[in-house]
Amino acid sequence: MGILEVKNVGKRFGGLKALSDVNLSVKEGSVHAIIGPNGAGKSTLLNCLVGKLIPDTGSVSFEGQSVLGRKPHEINQMGISRVFQTPEIFGDLTVMENMMIPCLAKRDGAFSISAYGAMMDDREIVERAEHMLEDMRMIDKRHMHAASMSRGDKRRLEIAMCLAQEPRLLLLDEPTAGMARADTNNTIDLLKEIKSTRPITICIIEHDMHVVFSLAERITVLAQGTPLVEDTPDRIKGHPKVREAYLGESSGH
Amino acid sequence: MTDQTSNAGAVRPKPAAPAEKTGLFGLRGKDASLLVFVALLTLLAPFILNPFPTGSAMAQFNAGYPDLMQRFVIFGIFAIGFNILFGLTGYLSFGHAAFLGVGSYAGIWSMKLLTLNVIPSIVVSVIVAGLFSLIVGWISLRRSGIYFSILTLAFAMMSYALAYSVLTPITGGETGLQLQYFDPRILDGELAAGTTPRANLFGLEMGTSYELRFGSWLFTFNAGYYIAAACMLAAFYLAIRIFRSPFGMMLRAVKSNQQRLNYTGISPKPYTLAAFVISGMYAGLAGGLLVAMDTQVGAERMFWTASGEVVLMTILGGAGTLIGPVLGAGFIKYMENIVSTINKSTLEGWFAFMPDGLADFFVTIVYPFVGKGWHLTLGLLFMAVVIFLPGGLVQGGQKIATVLRRDRKGSGLEPGAAAKRKQAED
Ligand SMILES: Nc1ncnc2c1ncn2[C@@H]1O[C@H](COP(=O)(O)OP(=O)(O)OP(=O)(O)O)[C@@H](O)[C@H]1O
Ligand SMILES: [Mg+2]
Repeated sequence: MGILEVKNVGKRFGGLKALSDVNLSVKEGSVHAIIGPNGAGKSTLLNCLVGKLIPDTGSVSFEGQSVLGRKPHEINQMGISRVFQTPEIFGDLTVMENMMIPCLAKRDGAFSISAYGAMMDDREIVERAEHMLEDMRMIDKRHMHAASMSRGDKRRLEIAMCLAQEPRLLLLDEPTAGMARADTNNTIDLLKEIKSTRPITICIIEHDMHVVFSLAERITVLAQGTPLVEDTPDRIKGHPKVREAYLGESSGH
Repeated sequence: MTDQTSNAGAVRPKPAAPAEKTGLFGLRGKDASLLVFVALLTLLAPFILNPFPTGSAMAQFNAGYPDLMQRFVIFGIFAIGFNILFGLTGYLSFGHAAFLGVGSYAGIWSMKLLTLNVIPSIVVSVIVAGLFSLIVGWISLRRSGIYFSILTLAFAMMSYALAYSVLTPITGGETGLQLQYFDPRILDGELAAGTTPRANLFGLEMGTSYELRFGSWLFTFNAGYYIAAACMLAAFYLAIRIFRSPFGMMLRAVKSNQQRLNYTGISPKPYTLAAFVISGMYAGLAGGLLVAMDTQVGAERMFWTASGEVVLMTILGGAGTLIGPVLGAGFIKYMENIVSTINKSTLEGWFAFMPDGLADFFVTIVYPFVGKGWHLTLGLLFMAVVIFLPGGLVQGGQKIATVLRRDRKGSGLEPGAAAKRKQAED
C-alpha cells in the first residue's frame, strides 16, 4: 500500500478523454516522477489529487482515506501540499507574512477568527516562520514584497511555504518550467536537501529529463491520459515504448 | 547559490527590526501614535474646523457646527467599516448603505418602543445590521468580482424598494419614521402630550451644546458630536487591531491570492463572510448614530448613491490604509455641505474686486463647479485621484512627506520603495 493510491481514475472534458484508467501507487518516502508529452494529462491528474478537479470515475486515497469530494483546503489539511507550475504566492504580502500564513494554517486550522492578538506579537508563529526562512536561506529577504522577487526566489518561497505545513506528501507541477539552468540546479539541490532532511514523499511532474533523472526513484510515464509504464529511472531510459511515446518525440528522432 | 545572491544588489537586506514594545492598548509605536493623532483631531475638531471668525467672508468655510461634525465622524465609521471589507479582502460591495439604513430603522424602533436612551438604540442597530449583513453576505459571497458587486447592489436596491412600499408599516414608506410623544417606550415614562421626544444619554440630550466665545470666534461643543466621536475612536481602534491581527492578515491574503490560500489549508469563505459582517455592523453603528442625532429616518438612506458614496470615500482617502477612509469621508462630507452652499452671490462677492466684465466671466466659469454643481468638482477630483494617486489622499500625503524628507536629507534615497513600504504597513 502506497501513501497515495490512485485507482482507475478517468476524467473527461466534453468529448476529450483527458485521463482514462489511471492507476498509480506512490510509495511512502519515495520521490516519484510523472512524465509524459504535452497534453498527456499530467496536470489534470494532479488536479484530481488535490481537489481542484473531481474525477469522473475511480478513487484517490491518501494514507488510506479517500480524498474525493473534499475541498482543496481540506485535502491540504490532510497532509498534501502543492507547488504550482507558476509560483503561487501572496504577492502583496512580505516574504515574512507569506511564511507566517502556512504556520498559522498548521496551528489554527482552516478558519480561526483571532482578531485580537497582534500578528507580529505571536512569538510561536514568528519564530517558526523565521526558522523556516533561515532554513531556506531567505531570512535576509523577509521584509521584501513577495511579488518583487526573482522567479527562482518565488519558487523557493512557495516550496518553503508548503514545507512549513510539514506535509507528508509534496506535489510539484513542473517546478523548473521556464527556469534558467542555474535556478533549475538550485531547485534540484533544494529538493534533494528537503528529501534528505525530513520524512516526506515527493511526487513531481516534470518535462526536464535532467531534473527527473537526478531526483526520481520511480517514474510513471503518462501518454494520452493513460500510464504507459512505471519503473526505475534506469529502465525507463531504455524502454522502447517510452522512447517511442516520449523521449523519441522530444529528441525529434 | 545564484538565486541567493541574484537579488542581493537590488535590495539591501534590512537589519532585523528592533523588537518594538507594545504600548497604548496593545498597539505598536506607529499605530499608537496614529490613534493618539486621530483622538486629538476629533477632540479638538470644534477648534480645528472653525478657523475663521464668525461674520468674516471666509466664515462659510467653517465646518465646526454640530450637525456637520457629527456627519464627519459618523460617515468616518461607515467608511472605516467598509474598508475592512474592501480594503483588506478586495471584495467591492455596492450595497453597504442597506446596512446603514437597516441600522437606522432598528435604532429608531428601539427609541420608539424601548427608551430614548441612545445606548440600547445603538446596540440594537449594530445587532440588526449584523444579522442582515450575515444573510446578504452569505448569498452574495457565492460569487466574486463584478458578480459579487452586482449581487450586493441588487440587495440594497431591493431593501430600498421594500422600505418604500411593502414594508411601509415598519419603515413609514415615503414619509419615513419620526419619534412621537405617544410612542409606547416601555422603559421610559410617558411624555407630556405635544412634547418633542429627544434622544439622550442618561438624560444628556444629543442636541446639548456648550458655546465658547473667543473674540469674534465661536466654538461649539456638542454632546451628540462627542458621543459619536467616542464611537468613532472605538471603531478606529478596533480597525487597527483587526488590521494587525492574524485575521487581518488572512483577509489581505484573500485579496492577494485565494488559490494559494486554498492550497495552504485555509478556507477563504468564512474569512470574507466575517469581514462582510463586521463591515455591516460598522454600517449599522453609523446608521444607529445618525438616527440618534436627528431622530428620523427615510428610505433614501439606502439608495444606491449612498452605497456609492462610501466607495468613493474609501477610494478617495486610500483603500486598505487605516486613516484613508476617515479622510475620504471628511473630505466628501465637507464638499457636500460647504462647497454646495456657495451660490452665485457668494461668488460675485469674491470676484467683486475685479473689473465688471472679468468678474462676470470668472463667476460664469466657476459657478458650475460650486453650489448644486459640487458633484462635478467631486467627480473631477475623484478622477484625478484615481489616475494620479491610486493610493488615495494617503498616498498623496506620503508623496509630499517623501519629497520633504528628501529635500532635508539632500539625497534621493529610493523614495518609491519607501512610499511603497509605508503604504504596505499602513
Ligand atoms: N479545464 C479543462 N477543460 C478542457 N480541457 C482541458 C482542461 N484542462 C486540461 N484540458 C485538456 O486535457 C488534456 C490534458 O491536459 P493537461 O494539462 O493535463 O496536460 P499536461 O500533461 O499537464 O500537459 P503539459 O505538459 O503541457 O502541462 C489537454 O488536451 C488539455 O487541453
Ligand atoms: Mg501541465
